Amino acid sequence: MEITRRHLLLLLPSAAVAWKYVLAGTPESAPNYKLTEHWWGMLIDIPKCIGCGSCVRACAQENEVPDGYFRTWVERYHVADWKIEKPEVESPDGGKQGFPPNEESGGKNFFVPKLCNHCADSPCTQVCPVGATFVTPDGVVLVDKKYCLGCRYCVQACPYGCRFINPKTNTAEKCTLCYHRITKGLTTACCEVCPTGARQLADLKNPKDPIHEFLRTHTVQVLKPHMATGAKVFYNGMDGSVR
Amino acid sequence: MFKDIEHLIRLALVMAIAVVAFIFVRAAVIPRSFGQYGHYRGDAIAEVAARPIAFAGHQVCEGCHTEVVDQKKLGKHVVVPCEACHGALSNHAEDPASVTPPKLDTAVVCARCHEANSAKPKTFPQVVTADHSGGIACDTCHQPHKPGIESSDKKVAEGKK
Repeated sequence: MEITRRHLLLLLPSAAVAWKYVLAGTPESAPNYKLTEHWWGMLIDIPKCIGCGSCVRACAQENEVPDGYFRTWVERYHVADWKIEKPEVESPDGGKQGFPPNEESGGKNFFVPKLCNHCADSPCTQVCPVGATFVTPDGVVLVDKKYCLGCRYCVQACPYGCRFINPKTNTAEKCTLCYHRITKGLTTACCEVCPTGARQLADLKNPKDPIHEFLRTHTVQVLKPHMATGAKVFYNGMDGSVR
Repeated sequence: MFKDIEHLIRLALVMAIAVVAFIFVRAAVIPRSFGQYGHYRGDAIAEVAARPIAFAGHQVCEGCHTEVVDQKKLGKHVVVPCEACHGALSNHAEDPASVTPPKLDTAVVCARCHEANSAKPKTFPQVVTADHSGGIACDTCHQPHKPGIESSDKKVAEGKK
């Protein structure tokens, strides 16, 4: 058959559609979601956190986190006058039921929500001997339950204490940044329920995400920057005493 | 030069079989998606993403409960998402007829945020519930979707002028 100009014009768009389908990776698993178009992180606005524990409860419910273990938790800091190096930190039941009134008077008190920092250069994924934990192309640190041996190297390696061994499955578990939600266009469970907007999901590859404007105009830190983990949970207004 | 090479051929044959067997066993044991994106099983990403959702998201709630949306706009709780108080309700969103959300005890729910605590931001409205209300349900006086009492009175007063 001779290929005429008409044939070529018909062929090109269909070839383009087919190529797009190939590039999208595994389209049947997530129809409109492309791994390469996102780079997830989170913004935590400490002056807005009221320590209500909604995020901790929502996380436990959304992800069936066993009692006594936490994928996210809230800490209350008490810094007495000048003792910035020795803050008193407490987190009763991960802050799940809120916090009792402070006993100490004076000094400085505030809440710090914590979760996996979804490090770009994460120490936990580097130590896994079987390739059961990894950073996805969209910047989320996940655990492959079927591959995890439960050896606990990653639990030790995480400088932020964000991992634990699930007592039922005996595999490593951690915050997935609600991967099952964000790939469907929803926000994470903790961000969804936060009543003051202290937690906000951020897509660093989306130029329209307000995170870029926020990072430009605010004093923002990450936890343990000296460890060069490439942490992507950004803390606004964080005191120097926070560890 | 190669006079008695039968034993060498035998050895080479055994090694060739071993190499082929290794390649086949390796292909059978390692999942096909391993190495798709990196040194891990690519299918694991889709498996994690397949989890069911518990929290529907306030956009879903607002699709039906438009009267609550209008009410919330009048008060400070406009920024509070529905499921912060009402809990995870994606099963209600999927089947509104048979799954009804539980009635909330405002004495407990409101105190989670508004009980006074020195670590809370100073600008956040806080009360010591024992002094403020003596532990009675908050919705005796406050409407949770539009909590301000004075502001609504002021609006009525302004309307009369």
